Amino acid sequence: MNVGANQTTLGDVEIGARAIIRAVRCARPDAVRLMEMGMLPGTQIELVRRAPLGDPLELRLRGYALSIRTAEAKLIDVEPVEP
Amino acid sequence: MSESSNDPAASAKRRTLVIAGNPNAGKTTLFNAITGARAKVANYPGVTVERRAATLELPKSGEVECVDLPGSYSLTSRSTEERIAVEAVLGLVERAPSALLVVCDATTLSRGLYLTTQLIDSGVPTVVALTMIDEARELGMEIDSEALERSLGAPFVRVVASTREGIDELLEQLDDAVSRNGPSAGDADDVANNGLGDAAMKAIEPLEAIFEAEHAGSTASARRCWAQWALLSSAEGSDLGLSAEAIAAIEDAHQAAEKAGVDLDLELIQARYRRIDEVVDEAIVKPAGRRTGSDRVDAVLTHRVWGMLVFVAVMVVVFEALFAWSEPMIEIVENLITYAQATAGRTLPEGPLADLVSDGVIAGVGNVLVFVPQIALLFIFISFLEDSGYLARVAFVIDRLMGAVGLHGKAFVPMLSGFACAVPAVMATRTMESRRDRLLTMLAIPFTSCSARLPIYVLVTAVVFNPDQRVLGVLSLGSVMLLAMYFLSVAAALGSAALLRRTGLRGPRPTLVLELPPYRVPLVRNVMRRTWERVKRFLLDAGTIILAFTIILWALLSFPKDDAITERFDRQRAEVEYRIPEAQRAERIAELDAQEAAEQLKISAAGRLGRAMEPALEPIGLDWRVGIGIIGAFAAREVFVSTLGIVFGIGDADEENPPLRQALGDAKWPDGRAVLTPLSGVSLMVFFVLACQCMSTIAVVRRESGSWRWPAFMFAYMTGLAYLAALAVFQIGQLLGWGGAT
Repeated sequence: MNVGANQTTLGDVEIGARAIIRAVRCARPDAVRLMEMGMLPGTQIELVRRAPLGDPLELRLRGYALSIRTAEAKLIDVEPVEP
Repeated sequence: MSESSNDPAASAKRRTLVIAGNPNAGKTTLFNAITGARAKVANYPGVTVERRAATLELPKSGEVECVDLPGSYSLTSRSTEERIAVEAVLGLVERAPSALLVVCDATTLSRGLYLTTQLIDSGVPTVVALTMIDEARELGMEIDSEALERSLGAPFVRVVASTREGIDELLEQLDDAVSRNGPSAGDADDVANNGLGDAAMKAIEPLEAIFEAEHAGSTASARRCWAQWALLSSAEGSDLGLSAEAIAAIEDAHQAAEKAGVDLDLELIQARYRRIDEVVDEAIVKPAGRRTGSDRVDAVLTHRVWGMLVFVAVMVVVFEALFAWSEPMIEIVENLITYAQATAGRTLPEGPLADLVSDGVIAGVGNVLVFVPQIALLFIFISFLEDSGYLARVAFVIDRLMGAVGLHGKAFVPMLSGFACAVPAVMATRTMESRRDRLLTMLAIPFTSCSARLPIYVLVTAVVFNPDQRVLGVLSLGSVMLLAMYFLSVAAALGSAALLRRTGLRGPRPTLVLELPPYRVPLVRNVMRRTWERVKRFLLDAGTIILAFTIILWALLSFPKDDAITERFDRQRAEVEYRIPEAQRAERIAELDAQEAAEQLKISAAGRLGRAMEPALEPIGLDWRVGIGIIGAFAAREVFVSTLGIVFGIGDADEENPPLRQALGDAKWPDGRAVLTPLSGVSLMVFFVLACQCMSTIAVVRRESGSWRWPAFMFAYMTGLAYLAALAVFQIGQLLGWGGAT
């Protein structure tokens, strides 16, 4: 977990940890889709697990489960939430 | 286009209700509950998206056409297919709807309200059905639907679609909404800003003006709705059908926002979610608890080890079902066809008409019906997996592997099914959202070695390989070759997908944004209904093409006939009475029939084609007789074997038939060399691995891709590739000195 200058991304979060989204920096059509699915700054999100082959990830937000790949997760800045 | 009565006056009076909602929200169940099982399915014009519509009788509104839109999370779209929702809602293509029904899953309220509020804001009278209320109750949720109604200005009706709870109230509300027949003329010409900031409004206003100019009589709400849609949807490569003016305005808006340091997308989306969050805060009196049941199941099904094992097990079952369980049903169909053919033969006077009916029409119908068991089984499985929520987990688990060849996780089940039969597999690509991905998968599937190729491999390996020849002392050379063919087909399938993604169907792999819905028990009637819809579509669309092809092939194989040959054999058959003892007469007659068939086949159009093809077949080690077999195989690959039977004068043969194997083994070129050597046998098998020898596959690809362009392309490149590969195998093999017979 990065505490300090470098932004933590969703790709850095540990399994089972929670975080608050700060920014969605993906390329435009993807960013729009993710934001419309509720991934907005201020939304709380939980990293539930990785798929058996390592990718994609399963996230929990707004009461539902969403799967995105690590490539996109690395472009989403988050602030970890202390357990 | 839309299914409407023949009376123009009546259809002008008929109102439209458009039904939208998130995927997995129970929309289909609700649609069926409201309209009964009477949906008519057609395609939206110009795209391969299905339009399900059914008529509903309501007391006040009369006859209402209910149109079910594909499930979506937002009106925002990127392609012609995704545009359908916004076009339907704003009445841009078809007549504007009188009312909208939004299906909103109560357990995912905050996300579901995104689309819901978009639709309410469009200005069309909207009714919201809060589904999954039973689940919400179980999760301890308490929702104040009156608060939702107050804040958002639309009726919210709680329903449990599967038990019809709340349906009556819903129908009442729908009746009210539809009878208002669209936004009232007195709609305020001003729409609340709803939290949109200055930057957003600066971007929206010019677009609203453009919409007003292009659509006279539009309401302020519709303009606002469209403007936001246009701003969010426009992106590189989007196909939105916008005028040049609109495109320019959008560009300007985004640039201006960038200069001002504002993320326009974020502004627009956040404004809506802020509103939603406020509303939800008030309306959800008690939030939902965790779905412990679903979570526990997921812990196993997506577990690193157990998850993979369950995945493999499920796939094995699906595959086995397609490969084996369908056999008895296919046999029944085949027996029915044989019976029908025999009846036709008895009742109709002998001659070309009887042959046309028996071997053309009835055989053609048989060729279509024979696929129904596999299609039905596959779709029962897929519907079950989809409705239970497991299909999303399949995509989740296998995505990384499929990504290695540029395919989406959802391509796995279709590709796997291809090993049983490409026809239902191609149809199964419907579960994939991106059109490009669907096409890519459709074009790769025919390479997977379907079960119909197996008789060919079995026949050829039995003829050319000595069963005692062993590899590594254990496996017979024949089985090793068989395995090699399967590996080749997998390589070809994956390789072609990877290649196509870099060339013709270029584009980055679509980003994965996959909802993992909670596990639910599928409703059997939904599964059955959807399966029946698929089967019906297949019969009507692909079926007609297959029937046509069968008749054409029959004609090629049957005409022209030489009367002299018929006469000669008639004489010989007559002589059987005198020459042959009674016990052996039937056998001798059968022999004569088979020989006559062989001679007639030789001079038929197909026979002549085969001989004309011989110069092309020689370099790959095959002769004109195999050539005729290849032509016949176009009907269905297993027909290769029976056609070869006819060519060699053996009559009714399958791949196990000893006389056929003998005849093939003995077949010689004019100079005495054997035709089928191990090398030419391998060359033939390689050809069949890669060639598109199946009119039924072409028929379904035509159906699912929407034009003849793709099946034509597929046929051309597969046949070309097959020929080149066979050529390489045979010529290089000869160079290396492997050409001799064992």
